[in-house]
Amino acid sequence: MQTRPINDEALFKPILFTGKKFYLTVAILSAIVIWAAFIWIWQLWHGLGVTGLNRSVFWGVYITNFVFFIGVSHAGTLISAILRLSRAEWRRSITRMAEVITVLVLFFGVANVIIDMGRPDRLLNVIKHGHFSSPLLWDVCSISTYLTASTIYLFLPLIPDIALLRDRVSGWRKKLYTFLSLNWQGTEEQVKRLQKAIGIMAVAVIPIAVSVHTVVSYVFAMTVQPMWHSAIFGPYFVVGAIFSGIAAIITGMAIIRKVYHLEDYLKPIHFNNLGILLLVMTLLWFYFTFGEYLTTWYGHEPREISVWQSKVFGRYAPLFWGMFIFCFVIPFSLLCRKKTRTITGTLIASIAVNLGMWLERITIVVPSLSNPRLPYPRGIYNPTLVEFSITAGCFALFILLYMVFTKFFPIVSVWEIQEGREKALTETTARIRTYLPGPTTAETE
Amino acid sequence: MPRWGMVIDLDRCTGCQACVIACKQENNVPVIPPGEAEKRRTIAWINIIQFREENSPARVRFLPILCQHCDRPPCTPVCPTGATYKNKEGLVAQVYPRCIGCRYCANACPYTIKFFNWYAPHWPEQMQPMLNPDVSVRPKGVVEKCTFCHHRLMKAKEKAETEKRELSPEDYTPACAQTCPTGAIIFGDLDDPYSEVARLSKDARAFTLMEDLGTKPKVIYLRAGA
Repeated sequence: MQTRPINDEALFKPILFTGKKFYLTVAILSAIVIWAAFIWIWQLWHGLGVTGLNRSVFWGVYITNFVFFIGVSHAGTLISAILRLSRAEWRRSITRMAEVITVLVLFFGVANVIIDMGRPDRLLNVIKHGHFSSPLLWDVCSISTYLTASTIYLFLPLIPDIALLRDRVSGWRKKLYTFLSLNWQGTEEQVKRLQKAIGIMAVAVIPIAVSVHTVVSYVFAMTVQPMWHSAIFGPYFVVGAIFSGIAAIITGMAIIRKVYHLEDYLKPIHFNNLGILLLVMTLLWFYFTFGEYLTTWYGHEPREISVWQSKVFGRYAPLFWGMFIFCFVIPFSLLCRKKTRTITGTLIASIAVNLGMWLERITIVVPSLSNPRLPYPRGIYNPTLVEFSITAGCFALFILLYMVFTKFFPIVSVWEIQEGREKALTETTARIRTYLPGPTTAETE
Repeated sequence: MPRWGMVIDLDRCTGCQACVIACKQENNVPVIPPGEAEKRRTIAWINIIQFREENSPARVRFLPILCQHCDRPPCTPVCPTGATYKNKEGLVAQVYPRCIGCRYCANACPYTIKFFNWYAPHWPEQMQPMLNPDVSVRPKGVVEKCTFCHHRLMKAKEKAETEKRELSPEDYTPACAQTCPTGAIIFGDLDDPYSEVARLSKDARAFTLMEDLGTKPKVIYLRAGA
């Protein structure tokens, strides 16, 4: 594949030109991040007492964020891997922007656990004195594996694009890109090796991604606490993760499309197709939630039912029903009809799903803890400004890093688009021919 | 090795809170200011739950509750660093310098009887000279709970050793049991068939909390009569 004369100039534009609006957004986001950093230092100085946590509700917003961010991380790598493996041709312009979400968001998942710790200074005890009987150690292993694998999986398809950039810029950036491009020349041998490596990573990443959210759920499911101790939690969390992951991709796509004028690359068909995937996940999410809540209600075990009551009719009912509206009613009604499965329609559905999934995480974490078995006073948990500030800071920093990424690397995989343009058409035609009756010709390869 | 355990006779408990105070004194439990207490951040390794019976709401019952020192504790396996573990005496121990403050153990405990140091510990000035030198003061950000006054066991063992004799169960009693004015808290070796705790633990009134969870507590209660 030789670098061909400009065709995809729009994809390089964000890297080569930066407008006023970008700096303005950076300034606003930086202000939020600095505020959150200040608040975090405040929390470190005084202790976790500055949060709304208490005895019985030992975990709250931070652990909710942890589960939420790790869930969103399923956006990229998993979806992109599945689309690559299934040779979905429409994937080409969305894989990169999805993979970046994964890699960045994982840091925030981990960060929230560290923020939640009473003694973050002793973090290394987890390695020095690690006890593998603890599901938290399982998390450490699988999340670090996932982070490594998704970083490689993001980097590999970046190499040819970095080489394209190397040939376009000068100065320190040239040095950076020359270093990162690993001497990519686009020879046939190199392309073959790259394709193979991407193929291997795409397969490897799927079981790792599934394991990540399974063990996150095990943190809860391995205890004997009511409505945590549930065998459905592994798959339920994985489904929820993919659900919020797809929603995150669609949200990201809509924003990037608008901001960088990529209407030509992110077409309504991309939103429609992801919208259908999101619809499938909406239904799956409903199925799991229904199963979980019906089983608990029917069994009517006293401890379980007191948590159930507090979720469905009690103190946490607004969160629960909010979750139900955001995770099911809104996305389902928008996505089930072709007429509303537009860019705006899928975007609204996606934002709703992301909000709803955050609510789902908090309705899993808090009500079980605020209904202890012994007749202690029932739990009240009101998150404080500290928790909200730090949460806002996480989101702001995530967006900020994402923006910085788009200034260094093309957010749409240029070479894959070019490859699609040059080769995919004949390849796909040949592939379809093999599906049909008749002799398989040599050109199928 | 003895299997240290406790029997609490609910018929004898008057809810006087002497055990609670004795425990706080003995174990350097920090004083939590009232505002924090309202947020339910009090630390009391033993505390007395009051509740009313469903069919006779006029009758208030007391339930002194402390770490149950389970033989199968749900809190220890989930600790990522081994900061809480079942030690060789069978007691559920906390290693404060190793604790990372994740509070997973506190969430996994079905008795909700582990405590977190939300702030650095605090005592009024006049109380500071009264801190017990045998018990380490916990820093902010770690989990703590009843240790069955483990330091007393250490002391008793050392004493017996210097006196060149076997440790006898009378040498070791936690502060709560020692203080209880009605003798409602009895402490001793559950494996010694002649001990009072062993005898009482087989009493018809004996029960453990949340037996169905299979945690095998070493705190055994005697049901209050009518």
